[in-house]
Amino acid sequence: MSKYLVLIYEDETAYATGDAALFQRVMDAHNKFGADNKDAIVGGEALQPTPTATSIRGGVVTDGAFAETKEALGGYYLIEAADLDAALAIAKQVPAEFGGVEVRPLMVFDQQ
Amino acid sequence: MTGSDSRGAGPRAGGAPDRSATAVAEAVAAAHRREWGFVLAATARVTRDLDLAEECVQDAYAKALTAWAESGVPERPAAWLTTVARNRALDLLRREAALRSRLPLLVVDAPEPEHDIPDERLRLIFTCCHPALALEAQVALTLRLLCGLTTAEVARAFLVSEPTMAARITRAKKKITGAGIPYRVPDSEDLPQRVEAVLTVVDLVFTTGHTAPSGADLVRADLVGRALGLARMLRALLPGDAGVAGLLAHILLTDARRATRVDARGRLVLLKDQDRGLWDREAIAQGRALVREALRRRPPTRFALMAAIAAVHDEAPSWEETDWREIVGLYDVLLRYHPSPIAALNRAVAVSFAEGAEAGLAELDELVLEPQLASYGYVGAARGDMLARLGRRDEARVAYEEALLFTANEVEREFLAARVADL
Repeated sequence: MSKYLVLIYEDETAYATGDAALFQRVMDAHNKFGADNKDAIVGGEALQPTPTATSIRGGVVTDGAFAETKEALGGYYLIEAADLDAALAIAKQVPAEFGGVEVRPLMVFDQQ
Repeated sequence: MTGSDSRGAGPRAGGAPDRSATAVAEAVAAAHRREWGFVLAATARVTRDLDLAEECVQDAYAKALTAWAESGVPERPAAWLTTVARNRALDLLRREAALRSRLPLLVVDAPEPEHDIPDERLRLIFTCCHPALALEAQVALTLRLLCGLTTAEVARAFLVSEPTMAARITRAKKKITGAGIPYRVPDSEDLPQRVEAVLTVVDLVFTTGHTAPSGADLVRADLVGRALGLARMLRALLPGDAGVAGLLAHILLTDARRATRVDARGRLVLLKDQDRGLWDREAIAQGRALVREALRRRPPTRFALMAAIAAVHDEAPSWEETDWREIVGLYDVLLRYHPSPIAALNRAVAVSFAEGAEAGLAELDELVLEPQLASYGYVGAARGDMLARLGRRDEARVAYEEALLFTANEVEREFLAARVADL
């Protein structure tokens, strides 16, 4: 088994302008994803939006995300899967209606 | 391609083998051409490492040169080569066990049965053509691993420098093991989509060979041959797949006209001026049988329809007797199930022969804003032809000149320049 990080990138304006019904719908979708894939999910969190981000580059502290993009990192799941096909099958179910996800295999370090 | 029955491990043939250096070198070269993919796929299953598998297979071919000179060419060269490559691999793996435990390996299913050599080429091609790899990397890996082309040969085929191609192949192999792209035939649920990806790769090899994007020759026969070999391999491994049957038919029916596409001096000859008596009737017969089979599946696959269109041309006794209405109808079906701007362009050309250049031009005008066609030279060439047929010479010249901007193939350039000069 290998571990994969599923990074959720979405357009934040959809959430900034969304109403309670939208948040409920998204929350329900994530709960369903979690229940459907509970054996594979190792962890996962949602992030506060990029206006709360602080970046540090070369010791200089600045306001905002590290890179300005239309779709910002908004959360992640850490999953376990036999191979990339299995990981992609799970990642396709991750709710991300205002963007998409990126799947990254975790580095494995020698235990010796 | 030899059948899989010739590959099982078994006793070597008796008789009086030809051991002359030339005969042996030819046998090794033939085994390289026909069996590389089989030997590599079977070896990769053991090594779980594509680089190591390649190294061991290369080594087995080198050993064959001396071993076959001494004891004759084995009856089953692929089985001989696979056994030698896998023994070498197992040897190296034992020796480097400690080191190798740190490297990411190919993800393979349970170990195979020990006493025969199963055909693993489907696993290999699905790994090479995995959608998580860039299309250009899929093509490069397929030519390298399934067809046994060297990095230099693949680089030449796709007009990039050898270091660029080497880096592309290395990056793709790293992603396969690093991301865990499995060495496996996909589940039936994913299979249709994954087969489509493989067909796209084989078709790209074919089209690059059929009309070379640049250079002095119209056709790159080596690439056409590789594409045909891959399509035949897929047909043998996935005999029930209508998409595969369609692609093989499409290649056979299109390539059947190869001999007449240029004249004795290498100049381009249009379909209407080609000597139909020189078309490859054997390839056409094979292609027609495959088209009939492929079209029974609903909805029809993309390549089955393209093959059916090629078949209408191949079966027409002359240019004048071509059934253009049938061709337009087939393009309609193609556009309904597999819409693309290029299919729409080809339909417009067919309309210009079925209903007249005016009607074709009207269809073409609707496509001017398609971004996919913005740098596609055949738009200008088609437009130039239609305008010339309508006697609108000045506009035709402009259209041909535009087409010239978008092809670096010297045969096509010479043809277009001649059309401009004629106007």
